Amino acid sequence: MEKLPHDPTDTQLTGVGRRNFMRYLGTSAAAGVILSACHTELVDPTQQGSGRLGDTIDLGDIGYNDTTVLNFAYALEQLESAFYTQVMMTPYANMNGYERAVLTEMRDHEINHRELYRTLLGSAAIPNLTPNFSSVNFNNRTSVLLTARTFEAIGTSAYNGSGRLLKNPDNLALAGKIVSMEARHVAILSELLGPMTAYFAGNDIVSKDTGLGEARTPEEVLALARPYIQETINGKNARMA
Amino acid sequence: MNLQNILNELENVDADVFERIEHVSRRHVFHNFLKKAAAGIAPVAFGAVLNKAYAQGNATVVDVLNFALTLEYLEAEFYNRALGSNLIMGMEGQQTFQQIALHENAHVMVLKTALGGAAISKPNFDFTAKGAFPDVFSNYSTFLKVSQAFEDTGVRAYKGQAPRLMPFPDVLTTALRIHSVEALHAAKVRYLNGARGWITGNNPGTPGVPAAIYAGDDNVIQAGVNTAQLGGVGFERATESYDEPLTKEAVLAIAAPFLA
Repeated sequence: MEKLPHDPTDTQLTGVGRRNFMRYLGTSAAAGVILSACHTELVDPTQQGSGRLGDTIDLGDIGYNDTTVLNFAYALEQLESAFYTQVMMTPYANMNGYERAVLTEMRDHEINHRELYRTLLGSAAIPNLTPNFSSVNFNNRTSVLLTARTFEAIGTSAYNGSGRLLKNPDNLALAGKIVSMEARHVAILSELLGPMTAYFAGNDIVSKDTGLGEARTPEEVLALARPYIQETINGKNARMA
Repeated sequence: MNLQNILNELENVDADVFERIEHVSRRHVFHNFLKKAAAGIAPVAFGAVLNKAYAQGNATVVDVLNFALTLEYLEAEFYNRALGSNLIMGMEGQQTFQQIALHENAHVMVLKTALGGAAISKPNFDFTAKGAFPDVFSNYSTFLKVSQAFEDTGVRAYKGQAPRLMPFPDVLTTALRIHSVEALHAAKVRYLNGARGWITGNNPGTPGVPAAIYAGDDNVIQAGVNTAQLGGVGFERATESYDEPLTKEAVLAIAAPFLA
């Protein structure tokens, strides 16, 4: 399979970044210390897996400014793109032609989203995350597709919940362009899992009383995403308390 | 009254609205809502909250929500009539369109409740679009084309209005939550049409679906960045990766033939 640039799943954990960081900090990684700002000074953020197991990546007060919200979205897009990249590197048994095509396209959409955020955030970007997909059986179709649907549904609810935190209308417009793609992915993944049913917009993700899709606060989203990320990723959303 | 006075007056009205949002939504309701939203789904009473804050009407909110209500009226009646007709849609179609109809009718209720007395009445519709789709309720293939047209337009319509709702976070969130459901519908209907769930370039993906609905969807410049050059994914994937908005005027032009 062709290798795409900047795939976190290619990462070999050398520990160099972490050692450098420890030397700089002169102490063990104390809980609660905000590392993200330091990281970008010490570790080339375009390198793979510049975050490290045991590190804490703090997104800060999500909604304080638009950069915090974009970094939050960037974290989710990193996770999704890493997932699909792994899926297509180790496709499950008997993946059919349609599945191969749409999963590849979904991967490319998520990589494009990730790279756009990386570009827009520049030096303000959080480090590359190291995914933890140990709970996923990549050789099992249901495990893969269910995980993908879960990620996309979380992503949709994250954008729905955090749109109100953005201050610049251009950023809201951009988030709007991306969230509907997450939702389109949800529908197609749902169709692969539960063909010929209402699962594409199931009552688990859309309220049957209001017809409204899910919305989650950043903290709720991070709680769901945390098990899939090796670094400890933190963030608050004081603005929504 | 000169222009400056009008502006000042509007400002005062807005400040008032903000106060009411602050009071009603944040203190009494939003706190509880967010707790329930941990499950991802907010309760039906949400519409009533919007109603309290906006019943008397902020011009922007009323304008956006009535625009949305027009589209939801259109969609809801379209599916209600299809499900009540002799249209043969098969098991998969039944399951799909019953679910979609459930949501569209709920959207109508949410928006009507939010608008209260400011809600417009349901227009009369012509789902043949002045004869362009004469067999829309007797030919499943035609029905699917019109359905795709409505759903993909709906996604672009809500997207285009979102920035106008920024001063009203609860309304914005509700609109975003409808927007994402329209996208779920759109992808499924496109799938039933044998198309991809997403839009490549400005191609409808399904012959017979009006091209105007996809005008400008081939844009790859996002926030000043040429996304066709990002991540090695190429032009087509870049166009798919971002759904483009439509202005209210463009949406109304698309919807106009369906108004009787």
